[in-house]
Amino acid sequence: MNPHPRILEVRQNILRQNDLVARALRQRFHRAGLRVASLVSSPGAGKTALLEHTLRRLRPRLRVAALVGDLATENDARRLARSGAPVRQIVTGTVCHLEAAMVEQALDHPDGAWDLHQLDLLLIENVGNLVCPSAYDLGEDLRVVLMSVTEGEDKPLKYPTIFNSADAALITKTDLADAVEFDWRCAQRNIEAVRPGMPILQVSSRTGTGLREWTDFLHNRLIAVKQSAEEGLIL
Amino acid sequence: MHELSIAMSIVEMASEEARQHDGGIEAVHLRLGAWCGVAREALQFSWQAACAGTLLDGTRLVIEEVPLTVYCERCRQQQTLAAPRLLCPDCGAPAPTVVGGREMEVFALELAP
Repeated sequence: MNPHPRILEVRQNILRQNDLVARALRQRFHRAGLRVASLVSSPGAGKTALLEHTLRRLRPRLRVAALVGDLATENDARRLARSGAPVRQIVTGTVCHLEAAMVEQALDHPDGAWDLHQLDLLLIENVGNLVCPSAYDLGEDLRVVLMSVTEGEDKPLKYPTIFNSADAALITKTDLADAVEFDWRCAQRNIEAVRPGMPILQVSSRTGTGLREWTDFLHNRLIAVKQSAEEGLIL
Repeated sequence: MHELSIAMSIVEMASEEARQHDGGIEAVHLRLGAWCGVAREALQFSWQAACAGTLLDGTRLVIEEVPLTVYCERCRQQQTLAAPRLLCPDCGAPAPTVVGGREMEVFALELAP
């Protein structure tokens, strides 16, 4: 080995390309007055069920749309479209996570680009995966990590990177909590341990418990903030 | 994690730098944080395959691991953590401010003499 190597400093983020696209998307969203939230979780934690209820509840008062990522099938998009909101499926093929470029392509799809100025809130459902999505910025304002009561209280400790990258945690399928003897305090402690101060919500899409608090949370975090900002500007 | 695809992104990035500097590359130096989401071993394993047939064929991959580092507000200093719990190892207070450990960076290229 050469004892005096010539070193060229590069100092570039490996995912720089994604970061650039995400940044541009974020600017585009802001210019259009569109707020964006993404959902991440293990496969089967209940993202789609939650989204279905969320879209139905928000539609009367907000112009809401959704993008959903899966390796295969358009099943989730079809299911979400029943809410009446505009929904598009991103079929990734073999890619285990969504990237900013995929979101961009879906929004500007040849079938008809969405006019972002005509939307208030965009919800993005990531591919079910608690590992890979963590590093990929999608240009969102809020990232919510879901975990179901059936996954165990130590989930956050097993996947600290993605829990730490999120802005809020949502414990789902709470109607099954007793059946699996879910330890709430332990789960909350573990979430707190990897992301101190992160808001933790609970929901059962099946019974409806917690859905109002969830949609209120989305509204307060994303929409109300935007509205005050607009009013502030006007004043 | 999809380390082969990450390795290919690194090859692409390094190849572009190599072209601009008109010389051979001996090694690519990375900094990988403990919480970057990429497994070091899997990346090393994928490296040869990612380089095959490219400008970087035969180069070494040198990985510097960056530990999870937080800033403790109470102790007013940085602390390196081993466990996933964000607690200051000295005073035990929650330490949410992550200042290191998320890096996924091509740090430098080692050029041929």
